[in-house]
Amino acid sequence: MAKHETPLLDELEKGPWPSFVTDLKQQAETKPECWDILGQLELSYKDRITHWKHGGIVGVFGYGGGIVGRYSDVPTRFPGVEHFHTVRIAQPSGLYYTTENLRALMNLWEKYGSGVTNMHGSTGDMIFLGTRTENLEPLFWDLTHDLNQDLGGSGSNLRTPSCCLGDSRCEWACYDAQEVCNSLTQRYQDEIHRPAFPYKFKFKFSACPNDCVAAIARSDFAVIGTWKDSIRIDQAAVQKYIANDSEYPSNAGAHKGRDWGKFDIQKEVIDLCPTNCMWMEGNELKIDDAECTRCMHCINVMPRALRPGAEKGASICIGAKAPILDGAQFATLVVPFIEVNAEDDFQGIVDMIEKVWDWWMEVGKNRERVGETMQRIGLPTFLSVMEIEPMPQHVKEPRSNPYVFWKEEEVPGGWERDVVAFRKRHAA
Amino acid sequence: MGYDPNNPMEGRITDLGPRYYGDFLPPVIKENKGKWLYHEILEPGVLMHVSETGAKVYTVRCGSARLLTVNRIRLICDVADKHCDGYLRFTTRNNVEFMVDSKEKVEALKATLKSHGTTFPIGGTGACVTNIVHTQGWVHCHTPATDASGPVKAVMDDLFEYFGSMSLPAQVRIALACCLNMCGAVHASDIAILGIHRKPPMIDNDRITGVCEIPLAIASCPLGAIKPAKATNSAGEEVKSVKVNAERCMFCGNCYTMCPAMPLADPEGDGIAILVGGKVSNSKSAPKFSKLVVPFLPNTTPRWPETVACVRQILEAYAKDAKKYERVGEWAERIGWEKFFEKTGLPFTEKSIDDYRLAYDTWRTTTQFKFTSHTAAYTK
Repeated sequence: MAKHETPLLDELEKGPWPSFVTDLKQQAETKPECWDILGQLELSYKDRITHWKHGGIVGVFGYGGGIVGRYSDVPTRFPGVEHFHTVRIAQPSGLYYTTENLRALMNLWEKYGSGVTNMHGSTGDMIFLGTRTENLEPLFWDLTHDLNQDLGGSGSNLRTPSCCLGDSRCEWACYDAQEVCNSLTQRYQDEIHRPAFPYKFKFKFSACPNDCVAAIARSDFAVIGTWKDSIRIDQAAVQKYIANDSEYPSNAGAHKGRDWGKFDIQKEVIDLCPTNCMWMEGNELKIDDAECTRCMHCINVMPRALRPGAEKGASICIGAKAPILDGAQFATLVVPFIEVNAEDDFQGIVDMIEKVWDWWMEVGKNRERVGETMQRIGLPTFLSVMEIEPMPQHVKEPRSNPYVFWKEEEVPGGWERDVVAFRKRHAA
Repeated sequence: MGYDPNNPMEGRITDLGPRYYGDFLPPVIKENKGKWLYHEILEPGVLMHVSETGAKVYTVRCGSARLLTVNRIRLICDVADKHCDGYLRFTTRNNVEFMVDSKEKVEALKATLKSHGTTFPIGGTGACVTNIVHTQGWVHCHTPATDASGPVKAVMDDLFEYFGSMSLPAQVRIALACCLNMCGAVHASDIAILGIHRKPPMIDNDRITGVCEIPLAIASCPLGAIKPAKATNSAGEEVKSVKVNAERCMFCGNCYTMCPAMPLADPEGDGIAILVGGKVSNSKSAPKFSKLVVPFLPNTTPRWPETVACVRQILEAYAKDAKKYERVGEWAERIGWEKFFEKTGLPFTEKSIDDYRLAYDTWRTTTQFKFTSHTAAYTK
């Protein structure tokens, strides 16, 4: 029996896409607070404005993040959502679950919360949406003691790192994204739970340049798989693609739904190569790998014929963020190639991360993402802090203005001069 | 023994981190991790990955609303228990993936999924519109300029045919963020639906003393539009407050994030902007930002018809005109943005001309352009 009339939301039960309204209504049969979620949302649909108050700091003892406080601004009408705090649960790397674990989490959330989740939040955490302050400690107790699980990050700390599924089910993975993501998440538990940074900091791990977790767009520290040798070619398979063998569909079958005509290697691969470094020599596909920028297009189109090289690793790009305040930034290439090695506990990456943090925690302003600090201080200074020699790969093109910040020690004789002596030679 | 409120630190466990992913991998995945040779999309929503050991894993991908209840997740678990030995995964775009280790099992799995009505739409692979990455909106957020789950549902209902097919020139990534904070990171999406405000913040002089650090509120404004000021609260008392130079406001809402006494949401002021042409992948062209092509569409609840129509209009023009493999942004750059506006039929307004910092980077400083309907006044 509906506790609130929801004529506007009822319109969102129509149509072929899964309806969150239908789902909430069904859940309301056993979790009556879901009626108040629907009731307040209906009011927002009527008023065309949110009915959640700003802020409210809540959490569990000893942590400075992981829970986001939320209160209704119409609690007397919708008491079931008076408190509606979010609990972020750290997700397993690659988002695989056993049903045993998912069911245990759902039992926990049914007991202590609204029964509503997001699978998953934008940063990657599993999101439990809506509980009361007094439930937080018992929930955390059961989460840690019974499920051996933990909260994720929120606020000015390391946010829960996330990764693509890596080599668990992808032939293009250039490193084990799950392993490095999990390992560094464990290593930096203190930084995730206890805010000590100027602002949020995100790691994201994509195991190839297709970048399925949007590391270059969304993370302060992006580790994106690449290789340093040559694309591996199976010439026999190239011939299969050229012959339009049905077992070898172009782009792994991604274009099967429209008749684009016969696959044409010249038009679809060679001519679309951004560096024009491919050609046919008789029946052989040739690649001048020294000119290749490893964009993945040819590999994406002919996955059975072409594979990333065998000497794999990652590029590190730093400083991406969404637009608030000075506009969106992509991450800037800082380290062209680094080996991603579980045997030394990813020491190369760890060293880079900690160098960035040491610097940013000292010079970063309140609520300044590291990409903004880099902009404010300048890439040359950032590179010198990182002890990385500047190279043309760090820029798209050289600067077009001449305003170089020369350092005094770079100029013979320094900057101290005697204007009196100068005037003796040069009358004013 | 459970949590003891009288002794909260007793027996406390912290810093466990996430569960180890290796414990959650289906056997065929675990055995072939790092050994995959190639994959093929057999049909929309069905992937086959082949290992160098000869093993194969078949994945059936289903859309989800992202906002899922305990009930719904238990149903997902039921499917995975029945067909997938109790394993499943989610994708970064809120899809659910069910994996089986032989082709025979795929049909039975699909039959179960289809038996649940609209719950498990199969698709989201290849040259399609896959699930929309989105934020919380009015369901849970305190700063939104639009809802998230509602517009997403309406857009996906309308584009449903593109979720379960692979007929587009390339994959089209749609994302929705309900305010400029962009938790949904729509800044690099083929089509971005972005909640925006259009009214400057109000100042709540009854609240500002208690809830704001005024210097932080002033510093939060990227345009220096907020100044300290004396004001009178409703009790007639003089309080330290702030003043907003409305002409300078760009409606980013950062002041409200810092100061709860400066709300700016408004039913008439708020709505949606559409940005297009962003991408994340490095394939062919470098990652690109999305560009603003429609400055404002109203929050017409419950189904945002203007937004739904606009997204379709862009998608159909792209589907008709772009070349195979071309992403929306690559198409727009090849034909030129003037042609983009002509072919989509979207009106070009001054609001698409950048006048923020570094604006000059986007102004045209060449005589190379195309004559379109926009230049008709000069050429007739």
